[in-house]
Amino acid sequence: MAILIDASTRVMTQGFTGAQGTFHATQGIAYGSKYVGGTTPGKGGTLHPTLNLPVFDTVAECRAVTGADASVIYVPAPFAADAILEAIDAELPLIICITEGIPVLDMVKVKRALDGSKSLLVGPNCPGVITPGACKIGIMPGHIHRRGSVGIVSRSGTLTYEAVAQTSAAGLGQSTCVGIGGDPVKGMDFIDVLERFLKDSETHSIVMIGEIGGQAEIDAAEYLRAENFRPGKPNKPVVGFIAGATAPPGRRMGHAGAVISGGKDTAAAKMEAMAAVGIHVADSPASLGSTMVKALGR
Amino acid sequence: MNIHEYQAKELLRRYGVAVLDGHVAWTPEEAAAAAAKLPGPVFVVKSQIHAGGRGAGRFADDPNGKGGVRLAKSPAEVQAAAAAMIGHTLVTKQTGPAGKQVSRVYVEAGCDIARELYLGLLVDRAASRVVIMASTEGGMEIEEVAAHHPEKILKAHIDPASGISGFHARKLAFGLGLTGKQVASFTKFVLALYGAFLELDCAIVEINPLVVTGAGEIVALDAKVSFDDNALFRHKDLESLRDDTEMDPKELEAGRHELNYVALDGEIGCMVNGAGLAMATMDIIKLYGSSPANFLDVGGTADAARVTEAFRIITSDTNVKAILVNIFGGIAKCDMIAEGIVAASKNLSLKVPLVVRLEGTNVEEGKRILAASGLAIIPADNLADAAQKVVSAVRKGA
Repeated sequence: MAILIDASTRVMTQGFTGAQGTFHATQGIAYGSKYVGGTTPGKGGTLHPTLNLPVFDTVAECRAVTGADASVIYVPAPFAADAILEAIDAELPLIICITEGIPVLDMVKVKRALDGSKSLLVGPNCPGVITPGACKIGIMPGHIHRRGSVGIVSRSGTLTYEAVAQTSAAGLGQSTCVGIGGDPVKGMDFIDVLERFLKDSETHSIVMIGEIGGQAEIDAAEYLRAENFRPGKPNKPVVGFIAGATAPPGRRMGHAGAVISGGKDTAAAKMEAMAAVGIHVADSPASLGSTMVKALGR
Repeated sequence: MNIHEYQAKELLRRYGVAVLDGHVAWTPEEAAAAAAKLPGPVFVVKSQIHAGGRGAGRFADDPNGKGGVRLAKSPAEVQAAAAAMIGHTLVTKQTGPAGKQVSRVYVEAGCDIARELYLGLLVDRAASRVVIMASTEGGMEIEEVAAHHPEKILKAHIDPASGISGFHARKLAFGLGLTGKQVASFTKFVLALYGAFLELDCAIVEINPLVVTGAGEIVALDAKVSFDDNALFRHKDLESLRDDTEMDPKELEAGRHELNYVALDGEIGCMVNGAGLAMATMDIIKLYGSSPANFLDVGGTADAARVTEAFRIITSDTNVKAILVNIFGGIAKCDMIAEGIVAASKNLSLKVPLVVRLEGTNVEEGKRILAASGLAIIPADNLADAAQKVVSAVRKGA
């Protein structure tokens, strides 16, 4: 089953004929995913020069003609919120925004537009979503993934790759990997993804990777306490890691959302909250795979 | 991006936010002249640095003297106060022990203070909305109030679709115990401040303290404004407010090359792709018993030139005793990074041990380039191996 995307997902690209859109659509197609077309305003009616797929002026038109049910956005930051709003307006069920550096007040408006809409947003500032062997939407290196049973959800791109490599090496593989992104205001958060992993029959265990800043990991731990770690009931083992234990307070560490402000959003506070509900907290980013193997009792 | 108090007040004044009259001064003489333009009889001389706690802070060369904000009763006293500040290093709770050098002061009209309140605006990430926070505990750090008296923080979240309305401000005003014409004055203040926050793409606006005067007016006694770096592209005019002297020179140089760098005080320099992995790399160095000298995200589109710049910045820190390169190639390609490492090692004649871990896109080609270079690079197979090797390289050198 996996979550969000599978072999039948029809993917369109916003910013289709740009360097990023072209490169990653090419990679996605090579991986075996169904890419059906995309948009570049002003180039509607043409074919993509190297991919031989139709280019449209608007998302609504692209969706109507190609039957796309997911859109991936590589539009530059100044125009990315506009691109997301257009995808919401066209009622795309799944929107994945890779773009980094979108102004936070633009995302505040986007979040409001998502309320009551028919769309789910992943990102922005994220690597995307992959269901190994079925569909790859985003910038992650496909070859490190193995289809398997671990669901991965993470605020960090390259740290997700680390979790993927380690769970692949441990012979477990991944059901779906979701990069929710490093921005403070974003689409799906940990709980939205965890909810789907808990319901997914193919996902037997979960890796969640957080960072300093915000309360989302603590909220997610509380959610898992209520929904996954119920006394006397079977649960899906969860391995957690929080990056930034050595980050100085008040400094933004690369990601717009990665800044300690107030004291309850430190790595230590989050790891403590996670361990308290029964999440297996990895003490090192190098032991995500081995911690999962232990958690599974293998 | 942070700006100085006097710049913040000048901006906010344009949006109709009530601030006191004042002038910036770069010399004691300018300060006296600035005071002469104000009505008096009381003046306030305020050191301008990008850090809070100035009033309680002390100057490094006069630790038992007065603080970084002083009252004066004549232009001559203003001049004397400015002379004690300009060119001197102010150490506050927020500057760290090294302090910050004061290059200019703000000379402001005195104010008849009846009450001190707190007002702050920022984006509440959980609610995904702008939140206006107000508290009766003016002058205190809001983090302290949040930790000990969370019930004393009043909040109003603003729906971006309908925007701010008078009731948001009134709700806060009555919660703060304001009465009569104070409520109208506060409402006008809050609406103007919210307008400035949106128009200028602010990250944080903090008015602490916000003052109720004896006459019942609401006015900003201090103002801290920082902008959302991601939105600066649409506010080119704000660039002129940037004060490079407030930044770490290494961080400034990194910014010019689109490198995300934060200086720390450890001994192992790090170059990593991706913010999360960069933080995790710092964490694992600590776990193996050493400490990171920096955070550095080299980005996904790193080429040889950027890698060279990254090395130049890392090695300009004299505390660095070894370097760890940790790359998990996604968009970043290991072969390009490897070429950059080889070029940088040769150009900069590296004198400290270099441990390199490559994984992901084009890893085999990357490893081949490093091996063929003949450089004394210590290769690592995975994250744990890399951390262990770089820490032991530091130990051997010590």
